[in-house]
Amino acid sequence: MLLTRKAEFSASHVCANPAWDDARNRAVYGANANPNGHGHNYVLEVTLEGDPDPVTGMVFDLRELKEILNREVVDPMDHRFLNREVPPFERVVPTTENIAIEIWRRLATQIRSPRARLANVRLYETNDLYVDYGGER
Amino acid sequence: MRLTVRYRFAASHRLDTPALSSEENRALYGKCNNPHGHGHDYSLELTVEGPVGADGQVVNRGQLDALVRERVLARVDHKNLNVDVEEFRSLVPTTENLAEVIRQGLQAGWTLAPRLVRVEISETARNTFAWEAIEG
Repeated sequence: MLLTRKAEFSASHVCANPAWDDARNRAVYGANANPNGHGHNYVLEVTLEGDPDPVTGMVFDLRELKEILNREVVDPMDHRFLNREVPPFERVVPTTENIAIEIWRRLATQIRSPRARLANVRLYETNDLYVDYGGER
Repeated sequence: MRLTVRYRFAASHRLDTPALSSEENRALYGKCNNPHGHGHDYSLELTVEGPVGADGQVVNRGQLDALVRERVLARVDHKNLNVDVEEFRSLVPTTENLAEVIRQGLQAGWTLAPRLVRVEISETARNTFAWEAIEG
């Protein structure tokens, strides 16, 4: 059984590698390289996989999942400038891919259950663009 | 890592196959058989899969957009599919066939590092068709 919970956060970022000049960053990241930053309303869909507990009928406690998402993702990232305020993005370029990897890393250690595992992190940067990350394979 | 990007295009078509009589075509395709054609705002979602590179991306967005513009959008956006797209001179432009023509067109000119793993096309918000690569 797959269980998916959604969360939203709004944040600004710059996609640029400080080791590269402006022209190269523009070629690789397009408008996302604007050094002053810009923002998105990110939508996160976290999917857990497991068998429902025979007593509770639940794969994972949704209230606990909500608390984990708030603590690990929404509280630290919502209304923040990712490059300046949210590690490791002072040194890792906050592309949608890298933000999804970081969210996976933060959540994987928190989903402590014998019957559920983190299966997928889907992160929408806009309505028209999202990434799916299922951990290192 | 998988990246999915949505593109949009508008096109007209008429569903009519020479394999059937006019009456049979009308019965089978209904309103879609209207001899004058009709149009849709199509939504096309493409999914690519690959490792995240040193730049933190699965694929350069500009290169993906350029490829889709050249291989798909330039051929179908604001076109009459039956008349303007060569493949549909001998193929009914159902959305199933459109998805397949788009997939073939993309794969024939694919120059990007990640693999194209999914092509999903919506004719309207109520009808969606998808092709998926077989795992592995």
